[in-house]
Amino acid sequence: MTNHWIDVRNADVILVMGGNPAENHPISMKWIAKAKEQGAKLIVVDPRFTRTAAKADIYAPLRSGTDIAFLGGMIKYIIENKLYFREYVANYTNASFLVNPEFKGPGELNGVFSGYDNKGRKYDKKTWAYQLDENGLPKKDLSLKDPNCVFQLLKKHYSRYDIDKVSSITGTPAEKLKEIYDVYGSTGKPDRVGTELYAMGWTQHTVGTQNIRTMAIIQLLLGNMGMAGGGVNALRGESNVQGSTDHGILFHILPGYLPTPKAVWTDLKTYIEKNTPQTKDTRSVNWWSNRGKYITSYLKAVYGNNATKDNDFAYAWLPKLDEGMNCSWLVLFDQMLKDKFEGFFAWGQNPACSGANAGKVRKALARLKWMVNVNLFDNETGSFWKGPGMKTEEIQTEVFQLPAASSVEKEGSITNSGRLAQWRTRAIAPVGESMPDSEIMNELYFRVRKLYKDKGGKFPAPVMNLDWNYGEKDASGKVAKFDIHQVAKEINGYYLEDVYDKKTDPPTLLGKKGDLCASFVHLQADGTTSSGNWLYSQSYTQKEGKIINMMARRGKDDPTGLGMYPGWAWCWPVNRHVLYNRASVDLNGNPWNPQRAVIKWNALKEDPKTKKLGGWEGDVPDGPAPPMADEKTGKYPFIMRAEGVGLIYGPGLADGPFPEHYEALECPLQENPMQPQHRINPTIKLFYGVEGPHQKPAAEGGSLEDIFASCDIRFPFVATTYRVSEHWQTGVLTRHLPWQLEMSPEQFVELSEELAEDLKIKNGDKVIVSSARGRVRAVAMVTRRFKPFKVMDSTVHQVGLPWHFGWQFPEDGSAGDSANLLTPTIGDANTMIPETKAFLVNIEKV
Amino acid sequence: MGRMSILVSPELCIGCRGCQTACKEWNQLSGVKTENRGSTENPPDLTPNTFNKIRYVELPSETNMVRWLFVSQRCMHCGDAGCMKICPAPGALFRTDEGAVAFDKDKCVGCKLCVTSCPFNVPRYDEKNKISKCHLCAERIANRLEPACTKTCPTGALRFGERDALLGLAQKAGYAKVYGQADLEGLGAMYAFMDAPKIYGMNENPAIPESVVFWDNVLRPLAYLGLAGAVAASLVHYVAFGPKKIEEGKKDE
Repeated sequence: MTNHWIDVRNADVILVMGGNPAENHPISMKWIAKAKEQGAKLIVVDPRFTRTAAKADIYAPLRSGTDIAFLGGMIKYIIENKLYFREYVANYTNASFLVNPEFKGPGELNGVFSGYDNKGRKYDKKTWAYQLDENGLPKKDLSLKDPNCVFQLLKKHYSRYDIDKVSSITGTPAEKLKEIYDVYGSTGKPDRVGTELYAMGWTQHTVGTQNIRTMAIIQLLLGNMGMAGGGVNALRGESNVQGSTDHGILFHILPGYLPTPKAVWTDLKTYIEKNTPQTKDTRSVNWWSNRGKYITSYLKAVYGNNATKDNDFAYAWLPKLDEGMNCSWLVLFDQMLKDKFEGFFAWGQNPACSGANAGKVRKALARLKWMVNVNLFDNETGSFWKGPGMKTEEIQTEVFQLPAASSVEKEGSITNSGRLAQWRTRAIAPVGESMPDSEIMNELYFRVRKLYKDKGGKFPAPVMNLDWNYGEKDASGKVAKFDIHQVAKEINGYYLEDVYDKKTDPPTLLGKKGDLCASFVHLQADGTTSSGNWLYSQSYTQKEGKIINMMARRGKDDPTGLGMYPGWAWCWPVNRHVLYNRASVDLNGNPWNPQRAVIKWNALKEDPKTKKLGGWEGDVPDGPAPPMADEKTGKYPFIMRAEGVGLIYGPGLADGPFPEHYEALECPLQENPMQPQHRINPTIKLFYGVEGPHQKPAAEGGSLEDIFASCDIRFPFVATTYRVSEHWQTGVLTRHLPWQLEMSPEQFVELSEELAEDLKIKNGDKVIVSSARGRVRAVAMVTRRFKPFKVMDSTVHQVGLPWHFGWQFPEDGSAGDSANLLTPTIGDANTMIPETKAFLVNIEKV
Repeated sequence: MGRMSILVSPELCIGCRGCQTACKEWNQLSGVKTENRGSTENPPDLTPNTFNKIRYVELPSETNMVRWLFVSQRCMHCGDAGCMKICPAPGALFRTDEGAVAFDKDKCVGCKLCVTSCPFNVPRYDEKNKISKCHLCAERIANRLEPACTKTCPTGALRFGERDALLGLAQKAGYAKVYGQADLEGLGAMYAFMDAPKIYGMNENPAIPESVVFWDNVLRPLAYLGLAGAVAASLVHYVAFGPKKIEEGKKDE
């Protein structure tokens, strides 16, 4: 979230699209209800009339996978009707930047942007660059009239998304589109604000990243970024998924969103060079210019005294990616199926049910020599070898089950969607032989280390040199009593020497050797500080010798009245509750909306130390610099971008600087209604048949399991997957809970009354839902909550089913099996997140 | 402390059913094997182990494909409670200091008269033929804790408090009159309905059957002169509902 949960109550308009908070984030509805109480309008856009839709002021259906068309139409509407916030757009976004005149969009080039390489399925982005002036700064036209300025390019690009066109793609009635565009567009005024809440309904598409980009453009046009009640807000699907992402759970990032090193970046200097954005604009804070400090402090946290200036701070010991190497979910299981792995730790997950194309995942597991399943319960993954269709006698995989402690049986922090890290104490001791994850890792570490020591092995240095001071050690040197506080402190970081601010004369002491770091502002690139994750520096700190776990704070004051509660726990970065909050004020530092002032500049505020006048009040600002109007020291608001402004034009993405509508890999249309050449996102990685005809995966360089079938009469219906409030994820926790199972006992598929009539299916009938990849048994839930879509003058039916169920429990198999047996192996062009929210199925009565 | 009640606001309810689980958790009621019958709603009805549940009501809508209402179903803790009126076993049903209609299984004689006398079809009988229903978490509220269901409700669709305060709250939210405000000497579970109660599947004018009232006012004093317990119960039943209907009580899973 750019904002936070409570902040939703500050909105005038709430757009829920790509999410279903009433069912998947019930507590969020408390804040939505509060906003509505104060007159806010709730808009819900979803293929299905959900429990969230039941609370909406305006609901609109759309066909799965057409969000960019829906939102592209809104951009056109906002521009044409001059609903945008002109002052904000001109000063705080790159709307005024001039782009290379060679740049061309899909309207001119039959569905692709300039620079497309058909063979490599990727772009040469040369023509996407800004025009630079003689000082190397982007050229700008603040009047927004230059035909090559971003604003005009945006206008041209989305001129193709008129309401009728959009309606014919999305299946949303034209009048609903206009109504929603009007209401959401009303937040372009300084005193009105709109927020967007999304989840996997936006991300899990081959255009997932661009779905969110489209909304980011809208929020920038309307001046809703940085504002209380604004932002683009990802509702995370697990209580600590934000924390695990922050701490580097994905293959392409280290903790704190530092890119994973590549083999071609042979030393730390190269790594820093390649990953530190440059700008010649002195008014841009360009926060990532601190990259060198963060990676060096990270290496010091990991390798401690073994990371020295002389050994390049042990950079060589970090794992590296080969050029073009991708280790995302789909690729991992693809490689597993191709015998590229011997072993696998399934840690706190259930890929046999949660993974897209779960049938392929299950086959891949059978190729393993060994698997360790760390979970509260056995699940479909740990017991895959006795699952349906498995030839148990032929499977050689040795499975180890390690029982893990649940969240109430251990101490530690969790970070919620609003980036709030909250410390939790242990309620009860772990049951039976179960252990907290950290203790399991501790055991593993010392055993692996001993194996290296006793028997040797390839490249022992990264393991043998780890700094592992997480509690009291026994005689053998093993940590005998694991102390999670030591981990939290290491994440925060320490001063490893007396650290001075050398910009002052004489230098002033920032921190004493051995103390916990005050914040990431003090981190150094010379090895004198450590921090396991720079974003969390200040989470466990020290003031006047007193150690303070900021995450355990429970202050209940709300000085701004906006629900930020700065004394409650701690949020990254540096307890800033609204990201980009410098955009919530005008050029002079006065809030656009004084009624909901996130921050404001007080010219008379005196710094207690320097006695200098002028300072910010309210939330922790995005840096202490004065507002932009100050010609000398004023800074731009979007500090994480080298440009210093929000990107309406985003030249960094794989699939284009402006989002464009492409159909899902499996869609009911022969052609993309926008243009006939490129039906699907032209930059996604296809697992077979780059050239087509996509009939026989094995003959076209892929695995049989990767088969897909688009515009295919065998699978005529659009399908999507989702969750319900009664179950959680693959149901490993909730299916074992009779109270939850009683409410939602088995796999079901929701379909419209119209489709049911066509198929002669009655409510409650048992049916088989099948895709090109698999079949699941389900109970037909015939409902008015789905309606057929009118798409390009034909009728398109959509159905939906939850992915909570699995064959293993209940033991009688009554719940059915995972909906992911149906979903395809295909991912987003930028992130490779699987496309499980739009695919094709058939339904037959049993 | 005045009479304590629950205010149900279906407009705020998101149908998450946290209340259903919280009730079962606190009261340690077992979950039963159900099947999906083509509806979100489950179990299909109140049971001896299901004191409250959400009913999912689908109605035609002018603006959308459907209007979907979520309505909490539970014991209404009537001010004038039919079940208490008819119950022939002293102390089996009783009113707590906070105003809840609670029960004592040890004193219940299993006659099921309360079932037929309830205007809301609430009481159920367990496998030992003893009454079972929502008691407003009597032991919690006696200790100044709110009931499990209202405690867990994320949106304020279920609110617990002093009855007058809740009425004030509803009024402030724009509900001039709430369902159960005056019916049956005031219900202990009141509903802030936007539309007519029948839209939400509720009786417009809930009332105790006339025969129950007759028994309570006229016959009970006579019956206790010479009869007690089960004998009284069968007599009562004969008078109130006619012969051989004792087995008619709603059969539950």
